[in-house]
Amino acid sequence: MPSLDLFLQPEIFLVWTAALKTFVILGVVLTMVAYSVWAERKVSAFIQDRIGPNRVGWAGLIQPVADGVKLLLKENFVPGGVNKFFFSIAPSLAMIPAILVLAVLPFGSSLFGVPMVIANLDIGVLWVFAVSSLGVYGIVLAGWASNSKYPFLGGIRSSSQMISYELSLGLSVVPVFMITGTLNLGEIVQYQVDHGWMVFPAWFQSGGGLLEITTDNGGMFGLDLGQSLLWIPMMISFVIFMIAMFAETNRVPFDLPEAEQELVGGYHTEYSSMRFALFFLGEYAAMIAGAGVIVTLFLGGWSLPFVPDGSQGWFWGLVNIGTFFAKVAAIIFFFLWVRWTLPRFRFDQLMKLGWYVFFEVALLNIFLTAGILAYLQS
Amino acid sequence: MATIVQRPKLNLLERSYFPAILGGLWITIKHFIKMLFGQTKVTMQYPEQKWDSAMPEWYRGAPTLVKDEHNRERCVACQLCEFICPPRAITIKPGELPGDNRWSKVEKYPEKFDIDMIRCIYCGLCEEVCPEQAIFLRKDYSITGLTRSEMVHDKEKLYELGGVMHGLVHKWNEKK
Repeated sequence: MPSLDLFLQPEIFLVWTAALKTFVILGVVLTMVAYSVWAERKVSAFIQDRIGPNRVGWAGLIQPVADGVKLLLKENFVPGGVNKFFFSIAPSLAMIPAILVLAVLPFGSSLFGVPMVIANLDIGVLWVFAVSSLGVYGIVLAGWASNSKYPFLGGIRSSSQMISYELSLGLSVVPVFMITGTLNLGEIVQYQVDHGWMVFPAWFQSGGGLLEITTDNGGMFGLDLGQSLLWIPMMISFVIFMIAMFAETNRVPFDLPEAEQELVGGYHTEYSSMRFALFFLGEYAAMIAGAGVIVTLFLGGWSLPFVPDGSQGWFWGLVNIGTFFAKVAAIIFFFLWVRWTLPRFRFDQLMKLGWYVFFEVALLNIFLTAGILAYLQS
Repeated sequence: MATIVQRPKLNLLERSYFPAILGGLWITIKHFIKMLFGQTKVTMQYPEQKWDSAMPEWYRGAPTLVKDEHNRERCVACQLCEFICPPRAITIKPGELPGDNRWSKVEKYPEKFDIDMIRCIYCGLCEEVCPEQAIFLRKDYSITGLTRSEMVHDKEKLYELGGVMHGLVHKWNEKK
């Protein structure tokens, strides 16, 4: 008879806790996806002095369910002349990478001693970049397989946009790793717990600055000097990373792949029903994953100043999880806010900004960080 | 003569987009917060809130037939409204009043009086042309139906909408 001990054996414990975490996080994130669509409509309405969805449920809160049912019941139309194979796998290719990114995000400290991350990879950040850049295939394949000019233009725009912004996206986070000395997202968060958030280094718990070295040799470099010097490249990184994330997730002002005023619907013009829904939800899932990466790298992940982590009891573990999702929600609100403020970039402006400005600034930022680190450690 | 519009010279800060972006974000968040705290005036929420209280005196809604205090139907089936109606929405079939009726000297009454509300354009000419003060445009504006026949208002429906109107001229009453 299998007893409880069997479930507590290390390997089996790992398997079932990982499975449980996967299901819970998937459920939470898909719910967030549905409700960020609702939030998008509500925020856009409020910004434009309207009321927004308010018919289904209180303040339209059941609207996502109604939308889902509608999309499921619609005819799944496949136009003639499309490449059927690529046409049908493209929506999944747009959705899956966004969800895969969630695997390495530490969404909490620990609960009952179980670390709140699905896969604690040492190459966490590389995984994020590798997988999230696969998302472009969904869009490119959709544009190409549709056999129609507007989706094709959308797909082409998307690929050139992603290529130019991926560079600054990757380069802009290098300074973070130079300071923390690790690619493991969990350790990056732990570093921020100990040394203050990357963008708000004023908050710290164990008395160190952003750099370990400042605590070690005490008075030689004032705590404030190290913090304030490193704060400059961190802010540059943060701004570039944030803007590149907008481009990466195809959000306004960089939503050229779908550009409904110019390209009808862009890459998903020919799609309907659940296939269209997958594109639509994939965009929001990518947004949530992107917001999660931003929070993890720059905003201290699950940490709040003066709030203990999960080792102090399950209550604080839950607080940490809540903190993480609250921060993600705040970043998503910022995404929505920007969308309903800025007009779309023209294509040449977009390319110019990516190649002439962000790429260079991100590259220089690495040298700036290196210089500051060398100066502080000398 | 061609006028040359000089492009404004932007300084470095302006060319970096940042002031404009922050200004835009400030405007939108102001609208958001005002709306969040219910300080923005929004459109009337139609099915819940209605125009009824704010309806002006001169509003032209659905045409209706009225009766007077003596419960006499005012219409004498002269068919002037039927002839003047621009979209020909009105159909009247006149009938003869029996001799023993108190109002037999009026001679005619509408046996059938239909207004096709799909055709009606709410112009008010029927009300204007009526010599008997029998047809009035009231304030009903939400005329709906699932079939075409439902949208034709017959006499019963017209009187139901019109009701009794007081203070009209009683030219058929007996001389005192």
